[in-house]
Amino acid sequence: MRWLVAGIAFATGTAAVHAQSGAAPTSAPAPRPAATPGAGALSLPNADPFPSTYRAPAARPLLIVDATILTGTGTKVERGHVYVRDGKVVSVGPGRPADVAADAEIVDAKGRYVTPGLIDTHSHLGVYPAPGVDALSDGNEATSPSTARVWAEHSVWPQDPQFPRVLAGGVTTLQVLPGSANLIGGRSVVLKIVPSTSVQGMKFPGARHGLKMACGENPKRVYASRGPSTRMGNMAGYRAQWIQAEAYRRRWDGWLAGDRKGDPPSRDLEMETLAEVLRGNILVHNHCYRADEMLQMLDLAKEFGYRIRSFHHGVEAYKLARRMAADSVSGSLWSDWGGFKMEAIDGIRANLSIVHAAGGIAIVHSDDASGAQRLNQDAAKARAAGREAGIDLPDEVLIRWVTWNAAWALGLHDVVGSLEPGKHGDVVLWSGNPFSVYTRADRVWIDGVSRLDRADPAQRWRTDFELGFIPEPPATGGRR
Amino acid sequence: MRTVRTLLAATTLATGTLGAQTIAITNATVHPVSGPRLENATVLISGGTIAAVGTNVAVPAGAQVIDARGKVVTPGLVAAGTQLGIVEVGAVRETRDGSARRADGVAAAFRVWEGFNAASVLLAPARMDGGITTVGVVPGGNMISGQAAVVDLTLADTLVLRRAPAFMVARLGNPQGNGAGSRGDELAKLRAVLADAKAYRTTRARIETGQTRPLAASPADLAALQPVVNGTLPLAIEADNAGDIRNALALAKEFGLRIMIAGGAEAWRVAPQLAAARVPVLAGALSNLPGSFATLGTAQENLARLRAAGVTVAIVGNGPGDEDAFNVRNLRYEAGNAVAYGMTWDDALRAVTLAPAELLGVADKVGSLAPGKDANVVIWSGDPFEYDTRAEHVFVRGQRFTGKTRQQLLTDRYRSGAASY
Repeated sequence: MRWLVAGIAFATGTAAVHAQSGAAPTSAPAPRPAATPGAGALSLPNADPFPSTYRAPAARPLLIVDATILTGTGTKVERGHVYVRDGKVVSVGPGRPADVAADAEIVDAKGRYVTPGLIDTHSHLGVYPAPGVDALSDGNEATSPSTARVWAEHSVWPQDPQFPRVLAGGVTTLQVLPGSANLIGGRSVVLKIVPSTSVQGMKFPGARHGLKMACGENPKRVYASRGPSTRMGNMAGYRAQWIQAEAYRRRWDGWLAGDRKGDPPSRDLEMETLAEVLRGNILVHNHCYRADEMLQMLDLAKEFGYRIRSFHHGVEAYKLARRMAADSVSGSLWSDWGGFKMEAIDGIRANLSIVHAAGGIAIVHSDDASGAQRLNQDAAKARAAGREAGIDLPDEVLIRWVTWNAAWALGLHDVVGSLEPGKHGDVVLWSGNPFSVYTRADRVWIDGVSRLDRADPAQRWRTDFELGFIPEPPATGGRR
Repeated sequence: MRTVRTLLAATTLATGTLGAQTIAITNATVHPVSGPRLENATVLISGGTIAAVGTNVAVPAGAQVIDARGKVVTPGLVAAGTQLGIVEVGAVRETRDGSARRADGVAAAFRVWEGFNAASVLLAPARMDGGITTVGVVPGGNMISGQAAVVDLTLADTLVLRRAPAFMVARLGNPQGNGAGSRGDELAKLRAVLADAKAYRTTRARIETGQTRPLAASPADLAALQPVVNGTLPLAIEADNAGDIRNALALAKEFGLRIMIAGGAEAWRVAPQLAAARVPVLAGALSNLPGSFATLGTAQENLARLRAAGVTVAIVGNGPGDEDAFNVRNLRYEAGNAVAYGMTWDDALRAVTLAPAELLGVADKVGSLAPGKDANVVIWSGDPFEYDTRAEHVFVRGQRFTGKTRQQLLTDRYRSGAASY
């Protein structure tokens, strides 16, 4: 029964990522969650059947000097350095480190800014690629209201030309989610944005799966003819699934805790995913627009004993900001999308700022391959609206909306999301203040490996699809 | 500045108003757009029009003075391609008035502004957050979508047309949507319509007595196309693909049309031909995704390359987040991104003010700050393209907005993170 052994190994192997969940850097001004989802003590037979094969290639040590650094911990360092070696951050601070490898690449960042790699908690890259033809449309298994059994990674097309464009926006990590057609859409996958022949070669090592759930208009519209066709139908649909899942979890956990002799219970892919949520091993990412629905989803989660890690879109998150903070539910939000459907009409630009000011975990997400390229700009726009509402925050705190807070939502805040010793060397060098409309990412490193250098066209990552199909544009400079 | 005083006097006489309606914006950095930037300058507004702009303008006694030291003053922005007032909530069918239903795909007689909702809650954010004072209201759908209008975003609770029709709208490179089997088929359909429109003037009597062969479009639509085939009303052709744009240029030549290209994702690949034909392009500044096989050449440097080739460009919001309606206000950030991708700042400002005003045929009144123009003026806290900048005062035809948007009312209610009813 090798698969069983592999499953248990997974549960142990990811302990490094999970163990310190919730431990915020002491300097962080934003509040941290009081608790994190379950311990993950028991896992499932098939917990990691498509393991990550991503390994950062060897690279010279990297020393960036004379930079303004927004560390992601809530602090800012002027004329500082970031030193990365063997893929990990070694030191961050003013001046230069005492001890630097002789072969280190030294990058002069005078007048420029350095931040952690940005993180997008809501992407459909690879599952809704460009070009958007039917043959590549793999983001919604809209054949049944609950498809917890499907995994987004099985739809990801690594040659999606959107990947290098989003990387050029300074994004190094993203969560690819199934769409919102279904009440329960399936498992997400967290990727590093690197060229790879396989999705396994992009999978963030040790990252947990997420579960996509969706409230409101989308499921009831998609299933109008067969049901659910109402919001009450939606709610009944979730509850029926969780009732089954809880019975399944008990059956399996009982067997796993016993002597494991005889046949194990039958496997059910749908139930395996949901049971993993109930065990706390999969994080729930809940598409939900309206405040009243989010408040019902919080009750639903309580009924079945799971946690919601992030509300996505949440255009009305500002109406329950205090509750989200109290319950440690983050908000993956836009600065100002709204109005395009009834459940989005109350969208306001101060949404993120109000969630933040209430003590919550505010995150700028994209749900869009264009928006993903400007998460920093979206944060800047939202801050300006917050300022008008009497809520202001400095650059070094704002950057957390697109770094540390997003890492927290993915359960990866101990390994990425800030520039601190021991964390991944995911670093962006910006041409100026990242919250200016004129600023672009000059360079991007992932695990200390240079993945983008705007000044070096030879480094430009062109996916297989782009070769021949997409003209190589002449390089043009920006304002700075 | 005798000229200025003379102009002021002329304006005063013409409108017969002074006193409370005279506003002097002083000490500002002023971008007239029609002329070079002015420092420590004054913009004088009187009776709804601009009376004077300059560094040596006398402020009349009794004028309301706004000290704009450290501020930036521009014309009100012009968003050339929007669905403002004709789409309120995109997914709610009964709030959509942007397209006609036509089996033959020809809706030339459709006047989109007749469905304009002057009470739309989306107008105020466009003005107050976006500094936009004039919009193009543009129909969609069909092969020939209909007639677009230019609307001033005044305080009036009724539609304030600046110009209608301003242009006709058609789409190329969308054969499936246009009920055609292929691009060639689509062009054949469009040619047949334009040919019948050309013939309409001489065959009109026979058409009305039913003495003609079947026509490619209804008589009402053929009649509406007259100014287009006469070359007096511009035809905005929505086309992204370079080949489709070449076809549009050929069609314009064949039928003697005045065209503009809207969308134009791959327009940079046809830049020399567009420049030679003096065909302007209305495009967004954020597109860089090869979203379809027709747009594989999409590049964010599009606008900068078009300008470099001498093509007139206007920036229209086409970024994510409903920039047609709810987020029309984001036009200024599109302009900023255009600068990040190679456009000059001055060109970018022109591309959201005077350039679209010219393309819409309203530059005599809007799009620049000069004596005699409508007083559509924005005082910005800083660089209008930057996120940290806000529109502090927005004047349309000399009237300043002070009310709150629906979004501000919601923000006030929930500022603390919970309801305060």
